[in-house]
Amino acid sequence: MKILVCLKQVPAKDAPLKLDPQAAWIRDDVSYEVNEPDAFALETALRLKEAHGGEVVALTLGPARAAQVLREALAKGADRALHIEGADAHRLDPFAAAEAITRAIAGESFDLIFTGLQSDDGGYGQTGVIVAELLGAPHATIIMHIEPAGEKRVRVKRELEGGNFQFVEMPTPAVLTIQSGINKLRYATLMGIKQAKNKPLARTTLEELGVSPSLNRQHIRRLFLPAKSKGTTVIPGTPKEQAAILLEHLRNDARVL
Amino acid sequence: MQPILVVTEQKITAPGKLNPASLEAIAAAQDLGQRLGAKVTAVVLEAQDRGLAAELAARKLDRLFHLVHPALAAYAPDVWVQSLVQLITHVRPSLVLLPHTYQVRDYAPQLATRMAAGLVTDVTGFHTDSGHAVFLRPMFQGKWSAEVEFSSQSGDTPGFVTLQIGAFRADQALAGDNPAPIEAFAISPDPSRLSAGDIFQEAKQAVDLSQAAIIVAVGRGIKEPKNLDLVRELATALGAELAASRPICDAGWLPMDRQIGSSGQTVAPKLYLAIGISGAIQHLVGMKGSRTIVAINKDPEAPIFEVADYGVVGNLFEVVPALLAALRAAP
Repeated sequence: MKILVCLKQVPAKDAPLKLDPQAAWIRDDVSYEVNEPDAFALETALRLKEAHGGEVVALTLGPARAAQVLREALAKGADRALHIEGADAHRLDPFAAAEAITRAIAGESFDLIFTGLQSDDGGYGQTGVIVAELLGAPHATIIMHIEPAGEKRVRVKRELEGGNFQFVEMPTPAVLTIQSGINKLRYATLMGIKQAKNKPLARTTLEELGVSPSLNRQHIRRLFLPAKSKGTTVIPGTPKEQAAILLEHLRNDARVL
Repeated sequence: MQPILVVTEQKITAPGKLNPASLEAIAAAQDLGQRLGAKVTAVVLEAQDRGLAAELAARKLDRLFHLVHPALAAYAPDVWVQSLVQLITHVRPSLVLLPHTYQVRDYAPQLATRMAAGLVTDVTGFHTDSGHAVFLRPMFQGKWSAEVEFSSQSGDTPGFVTLQIGAFRADQALAGDNPAPIEAFAISPDPSRLSAGDIFQEAKQAVDLSQAAIIVAVGRGIKEPKNLDLVRELATALGAELAASRPICDAGWLPMDRQIGSSGQTVAPKLYLAIGISGAIQHLVGMKGSRTIVAINKDPEAPIFEVADYGVVGNLFEVVPALLAALRAAP
């Protein structure tokens, strides 16, 4: 099976984010990591390749720094990588991002295309499904299991609301969006990191693909800190004082203890 | 102004019963419609008439479209997309509002793209600016909100919007003076390329957290599984059930049946202690109805503090032992 995995570099989970008011986006001086469900998508692809043979190609769309997620993917076992570079990639909406990905893989024929179910930054949850639509391929979202089901077919387990699941079968090529927790992530080995240096990492640009924010179907006017829906009482003091004050509130004000 | 179309949905495990998020979407559409001067229409998709359309017609709706076709017996994205494209081409709405359910998340990006339109997901609110809608949605896991609008919306292209579950109130969906006229609309979808099996639960849920009076929930901030003993002790001291956010269950540190959130259980205890939980929206929807919420987190900007009644900004490995000591000192 030939599998494409789309990986996005996003701000690290505990990175303190600061606003860049001019850009309607966050300031770039934070630490970054691979989007968590995308890491699970890569792991899923590597396991399918190990079990059934084939090729795993890692793709990212982002500025120069985003190449890091590709180097990590190659070190973990991806065969080659493709970087769609663009300094203003964060300004693309899901449709424009999907256009860029689809154009970048024109001429390749993947059996499966994986994305994470959504990103930790934009959180749109759309790009994978739009790629499927642009390719005319079937798709399924929030996937917790994948297995081949005969010639050019896959059987997948979809997660639904409230702890429900459903198996779905479809022909390939197909696009699947992967849920976190589908398997256990591996670490790159020293050997893998060494080998990665000799693996092909191709590069194209948004400009070469003819993709820019002018394709956007939605745009962000501004970012702001959300209004608190409740008046939160912030408990001051040392941990010991905080504990005492909190229990006092819970016993005498909230009356829940 | 062209109408606003609301796409309603049935409960996935109880066909013929309305998913209450559909009424939230109708309430949102009525509010937005009033501000934009647009009428609200809705659509019901089902395999056979189970009375859903008649039930919905009691709401204040200009028109109600009823799509009945055997292909709608089980959800399939391609069938839903083709059916809705046919209806939307006929109705020509300015906006299409859908609840942000797992089902909608599966097909709405395909539907919008098929119609050369944009889709704004997970919307929590809106206002209007010179006659067009500006939508609010979370970004960066809820740490920030964004004002989003459609780019150069042409007259023929509707804007698609999904509404976060719980962001609008179903009980504010207005009733109509007269039942809305129900219009049967014929569709002719091709057979789906997907074949779906039955909906099932992984295992019978051993723990019903919805009955717990006090819940101590733990998140990523606990760092290592061996540290769970600390929160386990706190739960015991409070007579509470132990629960967790998704990453903890994904990692196998606690069983899946202790997971709170959109893919786990929804709870509303009298006291909910969120320990080392940042408060991603998927977690918040499962617990924000709790009577009193305490959040302990080292990051003062963690979204969990937006729903907390009491916030303790600090290191949980210092605060939780202090709480345990205080609880033991003064029973």
